[in-house]
Amino acid sequence: MSRRRLPWSAWWFVLPVVLPLAAIFASALRALATPPEIWPHLLDYVLPQAALNTFWLVAGVALLAALLGITLGALVALTEFPGRRWFEWSLLLPLAAPGYVLAFVYIGLLDFAGPVQAMLRATGIHGFPEIRSRGGVILVLGLTLYPYVYLLAREAFRGQGARAMEAARSLGMSWREAFLHAALPLARPWIAGGVGLVVMETLADFGTVAAFNYDTFTTAIYKTWFALFSFDGAMQLAAVLVTVVLVLAVLEQRRRLRRRFVAATGAQVKRTRLGGGKALAATLLCGLVLAAAFILPLLQLIAWSVQSFAAEFSANYLGYLGRSLLLAASGALLIVALAVLLGYALRNARGWQAQLLSRLASLGYALPGPVIAVGLFAVVAMASNGLTAGWRMLAGEEASAFHLQGTLAVLLIAYLARFLAVGFNPVESAFGRIGRNLDEAARSLGATSAELLARVHLPLLRGGVLTGAILAFVDVLKDMPITLMLRPYGWETLATRVFELTSEGEYARAALPAVAIVLAGMLPVLMLIRSLNAARNR
Amino acid sequence: MKAAFRFAVVLLGLLAGAPALAAPGEVVVYSSRNEHLIKPLFERFTADTGIKVRYVTDKEGPLMQRLRAEGANTPADVLLTVDAGNLWAASEMGLLQATDSEVLENNVPAHLRDPENRWFGLSVRARTIVYNREKVDPAALSGYAALAEPEWRGRLCLRTSKKVYNQSLVAMLLAEHGEARTEEIVRGWVRNLAAPPFASDNEVLSAIAAGQCDVGIVNTYYLGRMLRATPELPVTVFWPDQDGSGVHVNVSGAGVTKHAPNPELGRRLIEWLSSAEAQEMFAGLNLEYPANPEVPADPLIAAWGEFKPNVINVSNAGRLQAKAVMLMDRSGYR
Repeated sequence: MSRRRLPWSAWWFVLPVVLPLAAIFASALRALATPPEIWPHLLDYVLPQAALNTFWLVAGVALLAALLGITLGALVALTEFPGRRWFEWSLLLPLAAPGYVLAFVYIGLLDFAGPVQAMLRATGIHGFPEIRSRGGVILVLGLTLYPYVYLLAREAFRGQGARAMEAARSLGMSWREAFLHAALPLARPWIAGGVGLVVMETLADFGTVAAFNYDTFTTAIYKTWFALFSFDGAMQLAAVLVTVVLVLAVLEQRRRLRRRFVAATGAQVKRTRLGGGKALAATLLCGLVLAAAFILPLLQLIAWSVQSFAAEFSANYLGYLGRSLLLAASGALLIVALAVLLGYALRNARGWQAQLLSRLASLGYALPGPVIAVGLFAVVAMASNGLTAGWRMLAGEEASAFHLQGTLAVLLIAYLARFLAVGFNPVESAFGRIGRNLDEAARSLGATSAELLARVHLPLLRGGVLTGAILAFVDVLKDMPITLMLRPYGWETLATRVFELTSEGEYARAALPAVAIVLAGMLPVLMLIRSLNAARNR
Repeated sequence: MKAAFRFAVVLLGLLAGAPALAAPGEVVVYSSRNEHLIKPLFERFTADTGIKVRYVTDKEGPLMQRLRAEGANTPADVLLTVDAGNLWAASEMGLLQATDSEVLENNVPAHLRDPENRWFGLSVRARTIVYNREKVDPAALSGYAALAEPEWRGRLCLRTSKKVYNQSLVAMLLAEHGEARTEEIVRGWVRNLAAPPFASDNEVLSAIAAGQCDVGIVNTYYLGRMLRATPELPVTVFWPDQDGSGVHVNVSGAGVTKHAPNPELGRRLIEWLSSAEAQEMFAGLNLEYPANPEVPADPLIAAWGEFKPNVINVSNAGRLQAKAVMLMDRSGYR
């Protein structure tokens, strides 16, 4: 079957992403006519430092997350050591802890006023490094975001990578050579997908960098919008950010070898058993990362929750939890469904259109949440106003107004716009692994497109789809800005509750909804991992 | 695939449900004041008047863009925000309408409301100097500007300049001292910092309590809350510039939206919020000072004594905010 041009209908899939972006660019262009006097100020005093800070932050976080993700993923997938089975899933748990929570916990513990430094001072030790620094923020974001790389790298190593290792070693390579020359290159599409998510999330982050008072491009957008009262100027900055990310993404995609591999089938390959010292080191490393990224912050949150439980807990929490889970589950479902359809459409397409489309689909993830939320809101409000005007022409001037905003459908579409990338990247990588000869065989046996997708591709995509679903679920669960702006009246969720409390500095009280988010995020992660393992061991 | 697409469309349609329509006899509020600070009040209002209140909470920026995008079809009657700068910005953007109300003119002092009556302050937030009782003799303190003097080198803690409270404070200094003198003051503060600016007032207070620095500038209710939890905290307030212009105050407040479907109900809600009954709760829930001078403050904060507030109109904070932000950027105040 030859690859053909992308059908125009495929563009429907990315409409939720493209429309808010169009609204942002419209605002940016509107401001071009009358350049705000703030641009010289931004160029002189704000943007140079912000660009430098953003560069180092992105580079540092991507490096740290890649190192941790690849190392831990390879250990867990390719070797055997005490506790491996347990770490295999628990190393994912930091996904459930929002970065701003980690930031808050670490600053609370390690700053001058915190217990660690107080103890050191009591024993006469001074000169503890400043936690509210570039190193501190890189450390915290790296610990929060490494699971994106870990999850994808582990998938890659576990399937094709393990067999490639075996083949390479049978040809006489050492374990290290086999890993570097066989497993790692094969895992590259996965690792690139994971690092891409980390980079975009870092660019879009506001909560974590704000806790560290670390100025980035995103804080410059916020400053322009909220402090200099220049919404259009902020949208110009956002448009610059989007364009840079798009160009980088397209370049990266062109550079990436578009090799395709035969799907992972057959029996699980045997892992290499690590010897005494190495096994201990592996266990220690996994334990240390897990403790730093998850256990310690969770314990601190629990301690704060206990303190503030009486003041904060109420029967409302059942509603918060229910609405959070409903939004996260339906959002994740919608995101992976669209990711699969989009991946399928792009699989058989070639040309610049397909490339652009697949990169556009991911762009929402690189923008700060409030920016994409106002972009989408502008579109929705325009549609509502159009509907109202039309309806009033038919039914008279007194007819009541339409408000599409505040409906669940619009909220879910907004999640799509923001988080499509987290579903799409794993699914795209998984599609890349399905050999084209399978499609041809199925077609020659008379399978329709739907049958091909449902009966041939989906079973092989299982790992990618579940990975995307976990990531999307957790991201929707943690999302604040989109939920705040587009939720129906009176819809409080766990994340909006965190917002209510932290926006006036009630951090200890915010621990309770934050713990609830972490626990709610853990459950589906665990469930999905069990089903992944069950499927693999069958 | 077409079937799947159709299925998705149907699913979305089902989830959309009925469009939210504003019912008559109901007032809709967009609020950046937190839910737990407004919900008890709205419940009381409904019990008193029979008027239902629906609300959404979000940050000011998104709420204002929301009003702007909705234009004439907005369901919102009232915008309730914190900080005069935001209220000023909302009226500049044409999102609010003037409300003529004798009740509000009586209940809210002139310097706490818009000169054109588009918004009204409902609670007062004093941003004052705090110090470590064990390390500072209050006689050494005088005003905000004096914290720029060399004697405070390495002894001052400040919150980030990205917080609107500090932007308002510097805007008020600009109104009073002019640009050159204000820049001198801010540069002096930056030189005196004991630690990089903090992300929150709580962190400033903790740093002072732990001895990282001796003085700082915070909103009083953060100290009130912390004292409630830890009464032995060695930090207390100093009222600056009592011989001069007075303590910098800001407001949280409300206005009726330009295209309110029910402007009358909006006015009634704001009037009710300024009444003695509501004011005690409105300010008390967050340990702020009532805007209505007839209403006493919470005993915990009343214990810090009376102070002379800066009575320059709080709308200046908005007018000069962008200028203040640029000045702080220039001065290296992060």
